[in-house]
Amino acid sequence: MSRFTYLTDVVTLKLDPEKCTGCRMCLIVCPHAVFEIEEKKAVIRYLDYCMECGACAKNCQEGAITVKSGVGCAAGILNGLIRGTEPSCDCGSGGNCC
Amino acid sequence: MNAGFITGHLQTDVGPVPQISTVWSFQDRLNTMKVRWSIGRMSYRVLPGIYAVGNPDKSSRVFVTGNYKLSFDHLRRALIGIDGWLLVIDTKGINVWCAAGKGTFGTKEVVRRIRIHHLEKLVDHRKIILPQLGATGVSAHEVKHMTGFAVIYGPVKAVDIKHFLEAGLKASDQMRLVTFPLAERLKVIPVDVFYGKYYMLLVPAIFFILSGFYPGGYSVDSAFTVGWKSTLNLYSGYFAGCVITPALLPWIPFRRFSLKGIVTGWLAAFLLLWLNTLGGSIAETTSWFLMMGGLSSFMAMNFTGSSTFTSLSGVQKEMKTALPIQIAMVSVGLAGWIITRFLAL
Ligand code: SF4
Ligand code: SF4
Repeated sequence: MSRFTYLTDVVTLKLDPEKCTGCRMCLIVCPHAVFEIEEKKAVIRYLDYCMECGACAKNCQEGAITVKSGVGCAAGILNGLIRGTEPSCDCGSGGNCC
Repeated sequence: MNAGFITGHLQTDVGPVPQISTVWSFQDRLNTMKVRWSIGRMSYRVLPGIYAVGNPDKSSRVFVTGNYKLSFDHLRRALIGIDGWLLVIDTKGINVWCAAGKGTFGTKEVVRRIRIHHLEKLVDHRKIILPQLGATGVSAHEVKHMTGFAVIYGPVKAVDIKHFLEAGLKASDQMRLVTFPLAERLKVIPVDVFYGKYYMLLVPAIFFILSGFYPGGYSVDSAFTVGWKSTLNLYSGYFAGCVITPALLPWIPFRRFSLKGIVTGWLAAFLLLWLNTLGGSIAETTSWFLMMGGLSSFMAMNFTGSSTFTSLSGVQKEMKTALPIQIAMVSVGLAGWIITRFLAL
């Protein structure tokens, strides 16, 4: 299975191994298999696959993960620039587009 | 609202619950097509609430989804032959992933729906199954803390639900991945094609008018002969960015979508150069290369919104350099082309 990589070394994902209990929740929710378990703790194995969706941070009970999450959408960022707000993806076309 | 999928009602401890079909009707199929092609701008929703598939009882599984009708349809179709409950939460008619990103498919709404529909009376277990992509908006431990219901994340795609259930509520690694194969990319292309909307008519119209100018006068003849070529060039740049680039995404060099767009835009320009629609002079041809490259680059960059792997930080970084370049390419190209209308270069 081919996996796409976007730009490298830009994502804001961080994991604090001190707090991690190895519960595997982040492995379950991550849609890009960024994490692996090593010695009973989660590690960020493929940083550049991360799309900053924030699912891992939101579901880590221990608060071991931080990421500045948002939608990687140029139109949304443009919207934000024009309106002077945070990136907002209200393009209004129903369900297909964010 | 079209609720033809409701086949009856089930009496339960929390009142009558609509029973739904797991088969798509012709109308369902037709509407799915329409939604994909953004026809009619319909809001495609179902009423939030509890629904029954098959003949569920107090021990049956509870599946949570959003009230975007396509999400709902995919789920009910995947549940054929299964007795279960659907808890449809209010995501304002938006699909699960996007709604989770916005927070409408979120902890608060899940908790609220569990409470107002008295889920604890409907079933005697304390587990709900959510689509994995809902995890962006939902915090499993918070839901558990507030309602007593444990959140189990199911597979990314509804079609894998049966395997997930058979495996004892376990999704394989494959089922947890969001991929972006050709078929998926083609499905989301229409969204970007319609990004330009009326500009797609307005801009060519302006080019038709401007095409009438030639050094020394105005001719309606030239408006047509040059006008249709201009329109062809414009559309080629546009489609190179929003159709060709997404379709061929993994095979086009560069990681930045904006660069991929320049590649396809210029490939299209070379093709048109050969077909002789880029004008007679070097100045005119160069202008078209700039306009088509810039336009295609912008449209390709827009596709980051439909892609399933681009990060906010990444797109921000890309836009910072790409947007000024795109604006420069299109404006210099446009200015150059307009000048060639009036001056013989
Ligand atoms: S969810 Fe948190 S605690 Fe659990 S394995 Fe991942 S980082 Fe560790
Ligand atoms: S932010 Fe999303 S893609 Fe990135 S590691 Fe977390 S779950 Fe995976």
